[in-house]
Amino acid sequence: MTRSRNLLAAFAAMLLGALLSAASPAFGADFSGKRIEFVIPFGTGGGSDVWARFLAPRLSEALPGKPVVAVRNEPGGGSITGTNQFAARARPDGLTILGTSGSTQFPYLLGDPRVKYDYKDWTVILATPTGGVVYAQPDLGAKSADEVMKLKGKRLVYGSQGATSLDLVVPLAFEILGLDLQVVFGMKGRGPARLAFERGESTVDYQTTAAYLQSVEPLVKAGNAVPLWAWGTINEQGELVRDPTFPDLPHFGEVYEKVHGRKASGTGWNAWKSFFVAGFAAQKMVFLPKGTPKDIVDTYRQAVARMVAAPDFKDAAQQALGEFDQGIGPRAERLAELATGVDPEARAFVRDWLTRKYNVKF
Amino acid sequence: MVLSELTQALLALFSGSHLVYLLGGVLLGLVIGILPGLGGIVGLSLLLPFLYGVEPTSALAMLVGLVAVISTSDTFPSVMMGIPGSSSAQATVMDGFPLAKRGEAARALSAAFSASLIGGVFGAAVLTVVVLAARPLILAFTSAELFMLTVLGLSMVGVLAGGSLPKGLAACGLGLLFGALGAAPATSEFRMVFGVEYLSDGIPLVVIGLAMFAVPEIVDLLRQKRAIAGAAQLGKGWLQGLRDTWRHIGLVLRCSGVGCVVGALPGLGGSVVDWIAYGHVVQSSRDKSQFGKGDIRGVLAPESANNAKEGGALIPTLLFGIPGSGGMAVFLGGMVLIGLEPGPSMVGERLDLTYVIVWSLALANVIGAGVCFLISGWVAKLTTIRYALLAPFMIMVISFAAFQTTRQLGDLVALFVVGLLGIFLKRFGWSRPAFLIGFVLAGNSEVYLYQALQFYSPEFLLRTGVLLIAALTAVSIWLGARKAPGAHAAAGDAGARATHLWPQAAFAAFVVAAFAVGIWDGLQHAFLAAVFPVTVGAVMLLPALWVLWPLALGRTHSAANYDHEVAGEHAGRPGVAGLWYYIWWLFGFLAACLLFGFLIALVGFFVAFLRLEAQASAARIALLTGTGIALICTIAWFLVLSFPAGLLQHYLDLPWPLR
Repeated sequence: MTRSRNLLAAFAAMLLGALLSAASPAFGADFSGKRIEFVIPFGTGGGSDVWARFLAPRLSEALPGKPVVAVRNEPGGGSITGTNQFAARARPDGLTILGTSGSTQFPYLLGDPRVKYDYKDWTVILATPTGGVVYAQPDLGAKSADEVMKLKGKRLVYGSQGATSLDLVVPLAFEILGLDLQVVFGMKGRGPARLAFERGESTVDYQTTAAYLQSVEPLVKAGNAVPLWAWGTINEQGELVRDPTFPDLPHFGEVYEKVHGRKASGTGWNAWKSFFVAGFAAQKMVFLPKGTPKDIVDTYRQAVARMVAAPDFKDAAQQALGEFDQGIGPRAERLAELATGVDPEARAFVRDWLTRKYNVKF
Repeated sequence: MVLSELTQALLALFSGSHLVYLLGGVLLGLVIGILPGLGGIVGLSLLLPFLYGVEPTSALAMLVGLVAVISTSDTFPSVMMGIPGSSSAQATVMDGFPLAKRGEAARALSAAFSASLIGGVFGAAVLTVVVLAARPLILAFTSAELFMLTVLGLSMVGVLAGGSLPKGLAACGLGLLFGALGAAPATSEFRMVFGVEYLSDGIPLVVIGLAMFAVPEIVDLLRQKRAIAGAAQLGKGWLQGLRDTWRHIGLVLRCSGVGCVVGALPGLGGSVVDWIAYGHVVQSSRDKSQFGKGDIRGVLAPESANNAKEGGALIPTLLFGIPGSGGMAVFLGGMVLIGLEPGPSMVGERLDLTYVIVWSLALANVIGAGVCFLISGWVAKLTTIRYALLAPFMIMVISFAAFQTTRQLGDLVALFVVGLLGIFLKRFGWSRPAFLIGFVLAGNSEVYLYQALQFYSPEFLLRTGVLLIAALTAVSIWLGARKAPGAHAAAGDAGARATHLWPQAAFAAFVVAAFAVGIWDGLQHAFLAAVFPVTVGAVMLLPALWVLWPLALGRTHSAANYDHEVAGEHAGRPGVAGLWYYIWWLFGFLAACLLFGFLIALVGFFVAFLRLEAQASAARIALLTGTGIALICTIAWFLVLSFPAGLLQHYLDLPWPLR
């Protein structure tokens, strides 16, 4: 008797829920009392982990029912292991989400055989771009991007974390400018690479926005470094434009145009742009797993919109991440599409270049 | 200006709820330190989710409080159980544990806590002053000097080799080879991974540390079937320990200095600081005969150094955003989360916060040492428990500590397989400290040599800094070599000699084979990836063959002949279980993990072990198993991790925590 009454009540609740969700999609899914796992395929304390831990409590407040959003680190294999696991195991119930980084996108673009995930299966809900500035030693003779060709024939040395790491965007840029760059691998992060620059060991370096503002700008003021260009950022139309944080610095497309005397195009440029977007313009993205129902996707999309619009979000993001700009809605989709799609010709170009120059075997 | 900033920071710390947060951090740090294998990474990871909304000063106080005291309380397991409480307390085991077995645990602990206190405050003092001028200093250490520093570190192997120098060298070589496993720094080629995906990142240091020092000790203690402390007492000597610290105050301050420098320089890595300090005290002492048997100086040196290292390690972290260790990397993440980007401003407009860190560090060290004194009587009771009752907990905690590093099943497999290696290194007298030094310095020595060659070409060897450090290395080797023959004789006399040499010969052959595999694997790769493992393998083949030769020929009087099963104090005593007996228990547990996943295997292991080995009653088994499982699930919940899955989980979708 009680059992059938319970069933009846449950049925009524379901009906009511369905009605409510039809009436107001904002409450399509409710996560009260739930714990959402935000899978980060990296260890604790790194850039992606900090990004996720910054977003987690804010996302929690923006989601209906204020669920706990807990960061779950699944490190290993340069983020491939954890991402593979997410692809194989995550249920489409909105309780498991994934945060990727450029290091997750790159092996996917390069066709690494260890990769068993496909970005096309997932739904993007947020894309966080990262800016960066390329700078050089003043004694090389180039005082700005206009004089970048003065670098030709100079000893250009650059510290990198590895041939297929995010840091490949710099040598690739120099390659398509036609400048010869000596790359020294084995840097344990961008911090040690910057230190090598400060010691005069390397002559060319780049830093992401936050680190540039904090640690390189003082060097520029003291005359110990010259900024060449900022990476730039991708707008809603998918075009490369100047980074609003560095309005006075040209973006790389402008530099290319200046050097080659024509609008940026061709296989080399396409290859650079694909990897640049995957590594910087859409460096970190939040995904829902394959087959997630539309009401959950909509709930998340509205939540991130609410989160980004919260009054203190901009300041806090600027302070902690160095970036306030977040790609949501259609822009996030555009960014994800650009960051995870590379035309076969451009992919072959990068693979050949990596094998020829750095002995990388595929 | 500096003084007013200092006082202001102190006042800020004493206002509002900052102290409460500091105390919270300290208490959590003490608990994490006591649990074997768990260190700063786990502690800080537990705190990170709670930083949101906490005021920056309080948050910093909490993070620093935690980091500061781990090296204080990790002394407990090192001294009382012979199991390092964290990776920077390994050297403390060398003399601390023999002191405890002699009934002088109280003396060792009180000496350790007071030395920790002095080291910690020393580190904070150095940080206060040096942080203002450290920039040019740190910039002066280029890749060339950093490479030379790793050579200086490796030269410590001479004094840590124990009874046989060739064995010590070969053990160090084995460590270098293990450290070279995974992606080559110059070309990212995977070395010696044999198609195993887990190995492509290399084996984590925590796993190696536990495998070398915790697994062999647990097996040994189990075999002897008794409580750790024979007469079950802390013994007397609280005042004696304080007097020891005072008598050797020069040594304590010197090792604090060593700790600061090693902590501040990225070349050596904070995890060898205890061994460097230990090597230093051995090489600089006239009378070396008691080291390894319970010389109090062997406790004072690493304990002062490992607390001082945090002050040093904060310098590059705050100034350049370069963490010197895994723990500091998480600390850095915490700083960024509370809105502090490290960099020059930490000694400029944010100097106030830097000094909040300094004061928190000093205060935490004082509070931490005080609390340790207070709770030591209570913690000591643990060692009076029959070891068979304690062992499942120990195995649970070290397994947990191992797999929280990369959160893969491979961590568990690596722990027990390398643990087996540790057991045999211990049994046959191959220096495990030498192995560890090799392992830790492998990555850095290869990377910095390669970078120095690329940046400077071979002329880097003529740089002033390089020459200075080379001279220091020569002095260090000379100091270590002094009186070495006497030490050899002492080690040789230590006990009976084995007459059946084949187990030793087989192990030596295994070491030779390992170097051969290293060379063979290296030759499959490009030059830059091959040169390091091939050189290590080729050079280290010599001492390894030197050891193998007399053993294979059955020369029982050779200096290479050492078998703990014959020479050890337990040998021939009634009731001592065979060497393999508990190894089968461990591997049985591992097999169960592979089949049923960690948690189910753990329940099974607890029940089976407590029933069969400890003969515990059903009620007691239920209580102990329940406590263990509840504890591990709570930590896992807060760390947001799933336990390693086995075959069962591959087929069945189980709910957390079983999944």
